[in-house]
Amino acid sequence: MASATNKLSRFNITALALGLSFLYLPIVILIVYSFNASRLVTVWGGWSLHWYDEFFHDQAMIDAAWMSLRVGATSATLATILGTLAAVALSRGAGFKGRTLFSSMLYAPLVMPEVITGLSLLLLFVAINAERGFWTVVIAHTTLTMCFVSVVVQARLGAIDRSFEEAAMDLGCDPLRAFAAVTLPLILPSVAAGWMLAFTLSLDDLVIASFTTGPGSATLPIRIYSEVRLGVKPEINAICTLVVALIAVVIVVASLASKISDARGKNAAPL
Amino acid sequence: MSKDTGNPARAADSNAESRSAPGMPLLRIDAVVKKFGQFRAVDALSLDIQAGEFFALLGPSGCGKTTLLRMLAGFETPDEGRILLGGEDIAQISPHQRPVNMMFQSYALFPHLSVRDNIAFGLKRAKLPSSEIGARVKEMVTLVKLDGLEKRKPDQLSGGQRQRVALARSLARRPKLLLLDEPLAALDKKLRESTQLELMELQRRLGLTFIIVTHDQQEAMTMAARIGVMDAGRLEQVASPRDLYEAPRSRWIAEFVGDINLIEGKLDTIEGSHATIARRLAIVTEQAGTIHIAKPSHPLSRTSVCVAIRPEKIKLSRRAPVSDDVRAINRLEGVVADVGYLGGVTGYKIELDSGLILRSSLANTARLDSDAYGLGQRVVAWFSPEDCVVLEQ
Amino acid sequence: MSAEANFTRPARLAAIAPYVWMALFFLVPFLFVLKISLSQTAIAQPPYTPVFSLDEGWEAIKTAFAALSLDNFRLLVSDDLYVLSYLRSLAVAGVSTAILLLIGYPIAYGMARLPQRWQGVAMMLVIVPFWTSFLIRIYAWINILQHDGLLNQILLALHVVSKPMVWLSTDSAMYLGIVYSYLPFMILPLYATLSKMDPALLEAAADLGASPRQAFWRVTFPLSLPGVGAGALLCFIPIVGEFVIPDLLAGSNALMIGQTLWLEFFNNKDWPTASAVAVVLLLLLLAPLLLYDRLQRRQLERT
Repeated sequence: MASATNKLSRFNITALALGLSFLYLPIVILIVYSFNASRLVTVWGGWSLHWYDEFFHDQAMIDAAWMSLRVGATSATLATILGTLAAVALSRGAGFKGRTLFSSMLYAPLVMPEVITGLSLLLLFVAINAERGFWTVVIAHTTLTMCFVSVVVQARLGAIDRSFEEAAMDLGCDPLRAFAAVTLPLILPSVAAGWMLAFTLSLDDLVIASFTTGPGSATLPIRIYSEVRLGVKPEINAICTLVVALIAVVIVVASLASKISDARGKNAAPL
Repeated sequence: MSKDTGNPARAADSNAESRSAPGMPLLRIDAVVKKFGQFRAVDALSLDIQAGEFFALLGPSGCGKTTLLRMLAGFETPDEGRILLGGEDIAQISPHQRPVNMMFQSYALFPHLSVRDNIAFGLKRAKLPSSEIGARVKEMVTLVKLDGLEKRKPDQLSGGQRQRVALARSLARRPKLLLLDEPLAALDKKLRESTQLELMELQRRLGLTFIIVTHDQQEAMTMAARIGVMDAGRLEQVASPRDLYEAPRSRWIAEFVGDINLIEGKLDTIEGSHATIARRLAIVTEQAGTIHIAKPSHPLSRTSVCVAIRPEKIKLSRRAPVSDDVRAINRLEGVVADVGYLGGVTGYKIELDSGLILRSSLANTARLDSDAYGLGQRVVAWFSPEDCVVLEQ
Repeated sequence: MSAEANFTRPARLAAIAPYVWMALFFLVPFLFVLKISLSQTAIAQPPYTPVFSLDEGWEAIKTAFAALSLDNFRLLVSDDLYVLSYLRSLAVAGVSTAILLLIGYPIAYGMARLPQRWQGVAMMLVIVPFWTSFLIRIYAWINILQHDGLLNQILLALHVVSKPMVWLSTDSAMYLGIVYSYLPFMILPLYATLSKMDPALLEAAADLGASPRQAFWRVTFPLSLPGVGAGALLCFIPIVGEFVIPDLLAGSNALMIGQTLWLEFFNNKDWPTASAVAVVLLLLLLAPLLLYDRLQRRQLERT
């Protein structure tokens, strides 16, 4: 890529630098201000962990965070299982009856406005008289995030040479064993990436959770949203920083995992 | 299949058993058809392969050779016909239940497994005891000279080493039949040549039956005892390398294998009265006059034929040979139109007065050749009737 | 019964669980939206009686169908509030997508031209913000844009302005928030197509006498159109139904349709109208959704 026609121009570098600082600056500012000692959000009063302390004594906020983590872990696990199955069916199942409908149902939620998905799920839960709370949010999040998992895993499956599976069968594996012994280890990094994507999407969702949850089971974004509507509070800065930190840990683990799997073979699709 | 425990010699024995079945080849492909939609990839193809044979399937890309190989491995199912291995029809048996193994063109080495685990993969499926697996892996590693690399992952190996792992992995189960799909295509020329010899040596030593698919004529000729040339889903000719080259059965084969001059003409039905051409046929051509050829072993059924002669069998000289030698009975005059120096040989294109281009290749037997022919030089091209092949149109 | 088929059968069985799940929780709910959108406000208002209960049987369903009406849709057409909401949503989504394209393309192009080993890092850098919470990122901007926020402080300190400017609750803030949130969705598909492009194509173009500018417009850009399409749809469709960003950053004088739906549902508790709003929104988005479906299928299911 070092040839004359393909060299980076100053324009390219400027575009990249500006773009990345645009993406990161607000988050950096947020994190810095979470350590602000001042009660006024905007006046710098020196470093302090006061607002973190505040958060750890805000029981409602902690309940919401705990609810979000539980919903995230449960729905991400369900979504990973269902999404991986869907990806296998789509990439290895050839043409089957209803395949087009199946794949459309999996692609549509990726772009579907959340208000529509949320409203429709709520109407379903009301119609079947389901008690709204933890499980309805889990179902809603699973429905949304399994589509992301499916796309991530499907992309990886498409990149795997079919002759691996054939070689496994040639060496005495029946199809199921061939999948378990060869295909699954090869797609594992993207299955893991899928889980983490599903987890963070669930942790992040406000709209769908607002529709599908019941009284007394607010998720963290729902609580943050109601606080933010009332104005900026330093405590929210601290909570947001904690969430960013949690996600950063998840990302570091993910990239370490993909480093390990890099040593095993080809790159996993990151998204 | 892989339950047999023993050394490679024992594996060879089991081949000998199937060979001893009276009149039965190890592999019989019987009128096999494979269709992809309307396209007949393999078209009523029949072929027998004996135990211990090194057989090559040669053909241009898209001729169906890989499809045929994949049917033998079980990755495709024939639409018609039977595939008998040791007398048993295996056409409907899944790949994992066949005593046949395949070496893939891409090698398909499992990237998440070490060399050892790749080789042991098939043995574990066969539920061999672990001591047996260890011994067998060790034996295979030594066989393909990979000692010391057992713990490496495929991406830590060179191309040649990967090829060896793939070979060891497919041999570990001691298949009755080993299928090799373009096994050397990914190697560079020098490595390919040495690996060819190693593969042949291995096949002979283990007494295994190999079927190799290749599009490389030289590779097929070097390695295989018999070559089947495929075109459009059919076997055009099955013969030894020499017969394929010197006695092609059709014009297509003649043109596909090596270089050749083809001259169309009609059989002169009046037998020559001249004594020296008594046992010969005369072909009257429009572009090269009458050409005398040796009488083929089978009588010709048509009068419209084609004379085929390899470039290295056409000699050149400045003047017509004076002798009345029958070997110089076919003489064609022309002008050197092109000279291509290739190191060991020089290729000449001679343009005859009729406009026909004849190709001749002469060995460069001397380093300094003051006798070499130059462009525009008038020469006589001559060749023996014995060196001509007559092909029916 | 070829190996293909050998593997295909279990693979097809794998479809059953996700298929049933998606049918139950994605497809069927739309029928309920449709049903409620056609029912009378009075009937459907909470406290809510279930639409179907199994013991009432077929007769109950028939009566339910008889009660359907188009009143809610008539309301949508007759009341300017809804029509203006829809129009504003489409306009905001269109303008935002255009801005995203203008900003995202140079960034994706720059990424694709980085040395190979830096491309992965750049890609990670673009994805990471996408993984961090969307709500938090909007909140971060409120921090910066509010009356005594960082932006005004800097502007005052630099004497660019003499008194704090109003940034929050304006359309500019909303566009900023939208562009900020959706930028990775625009960059990634663009980068995917641009990075796959053979560098020899540009060399060939230069060799044949094209200036860098001509090479870009005649070769690079036309070849990147699938990425442009994917990125544009990936942004446009969800932005039309966006709720959080306009709610937190824009003023309250003009609403996007996502906000209208939210208000009808949560504040007015008018479920039938909210459902009707959703149905019309879905119909408006049908064409881009189908287009997106086709693009996605082509990208993931080529064989």
